[in-house]
Amino acid sequence: MASLFDLAKVLRSKNSGPFEITLDILFDSKEKYEKVKQSGRINTETICNLYNISEDQVHHLAFFDQALGIKITIARDISSGTIGDRDVYGAQQHAPLMKIMID
Amino acid sequence: MCEEIRIISPCGILGYGFPEDSFLKGLEKEIHGIVVDAGSTDAGPHKLGAGVSIVSRRASKKDLEIIIKNGVPRKVPIIIGSAGGAGARPHVEWALEIIKEILSENNLDAKIAVIWADFTKEEILQANQQGRIKPLSRNIKPLEAEVIKDTCNIVAQMGHEPILEALENNSDIIVCGRAYDPSPFAAIGIYHQKDAGLSYHLGKILECGALCAEPGTTKDSIVGTIYDHSFTVQSLNPARKCTPMTVAAHTFYEKEHPYLLHGPGIILDLSECEFKEIEDGVVQVTKSKLINTDQTYIKLEGARRVAYRTFVIAGVRDPILIENIEEIEQKVKEQVSDYYPEINRDEYQIQFYNYGMNAVLGSKEKEHFNGHEIGVLFEVIAKSQELANSICATVRSTFLHYGYEKRKSTAGNLAFPFAPSDMEFGPVFEFSIYHLMEINENPFKIEYL
Repeated sequence: MASLFDLAKVLRSKNSGPFEITLDILFDSKEKYEKVKQSGRINTETICNLYNISEDQVHHLAFFDQALGIKITIARDISSGTIGDRDVYGAQQHAPLMKIMID
Repeated sequence: MCEEIRIISPCGILGYGFPEDSFLKGLEKEIHGIVVDAGSTDAGPHKLGAGVSIVSRRASKKDLEIIIKNGVPRKVPIIIGSAGGAGARPHVEWALEIIKEILSENNLDAKIAVIWADFTKEEILQANQQGRIKPLSRNIKPLEAEVIKDTCNIVAQMGHEPILEALENNSDIIVCGRAYDPSPFAAIGIYHQKDAGLSYHLGKILECGALCAEPGTTKDSIVGTIYDHSFTVQSLNPARKCTPMTVAAHTFYEKEHPYLLHGPGIILDLSECEFKEIEDGVVQVTKSKLINTDQTYIKLEGARRVAYRTFVIAGVRDPILIENIEEIEQKVKEQVSDYYPEINRDEYQIQFYNYGMNAVLGSKEKEHFNGHEIGVLFEVIAKSQELANSICATVRSTFLHYGYEKRKSTAGNLAFPFAPSDMEFGPVFEFSIYHLMEINENPFKIEYL
């Protein structure tokens, strides 16, 4: 068992426009990327549980083999920079991903 | 037709700065365009709504001085995308004033093309009535006439077409209002009859400066070269290097999908792309595909003022107070509202953010608190600045002296880092328009100066 924090080279979040946050998980080796991809742990259900959101709030979840990367785009509850927003750039919303455990 | 078309991207956002050496190294070879993106919605709706820039005038001038002093005498076209940040009229005029100042201080002449990206409320109201406007994603509401009327600045992201026209008219400096980030770069490749898919994909990579290299940064220059069937990317600073991994991974950056990118009238399909290192630090990309969509949609952005804010930052170190902080904050809120029975409770909001506990993730935070000190930020949001100030002052004094249960620190609850403690923030905006609008002809007007 290893955590996604240990396996990934880059784990980040960022606005994809003011109404969405996109989470990137990038790897520096094909072996680690395949291990995570094949584990099936990165799926809509995992993301919904981690972020307390419903399935329709997960707008995209895609693997891009050439870049050894996984991208997940989720809806913001509050758009960037208005009343009640906590993270204008969406740059610190990646932390919950770190503890995902991969067999 | 030239075989190799070279484009320098000095930095990721105009005004972020870049080492002059990197930029000058790029000019050692023949260059066909210096293109710099100035835009972003990342800093929130305030920039567009209030008509202000994301970078200082000083920093913007510093960058533009290097670009103009080297580009104009060499007759290399200079393109600025999303001038002034948000790319509405006040932002473009701000950038133009800086450019004219630099030209006059350096005794340079240049033909300037300005491409406006502004839309009037009437145009948007009409398009909305005609059913030509739809939300960009499913968590955005359909546009209503009332919202359009309240919105201060409305812009749309331009594609490469008006920029191409300005290049064909021999402009030396092209100042674009709001543009789709890759468009100003793509215009150079397309002007030189290169493949549109390669031109746009290269634009997507170059618009962030040297972020696609390792170590990545938006504060350094990078060069891209377009050939007939490929393009290459290369760092101009020997301290950074592009690898197939770093370039491929950059395609991910701040986009909703890793290999399908939507732009004005186009979809960029990068699913078949190949990334190869052809010589040390030079990454070649092939098979970027551009699909023209049946209908042309442009992305509209608009911001409106929704309220005013006053806020306070304070530290809390008392363990009894920290242990019961959320409950105490709730009681402070109630006491403040009780003090103002004459003010309707929906005319203001009081919010607390406990840094050190869960301020960043809010209800999504799953870690249990473990610490001895927290930072508390509280804000009052109200319909007027006066109301926000008044209520915030009451929240501050109530919280400071609130006599919670088992309290030992009876002299005060908050450590203010500053005097005065209450910060008048000014207006709060929201992105009131973030929709797609169908168009039949190019709506972006060009003006030559």
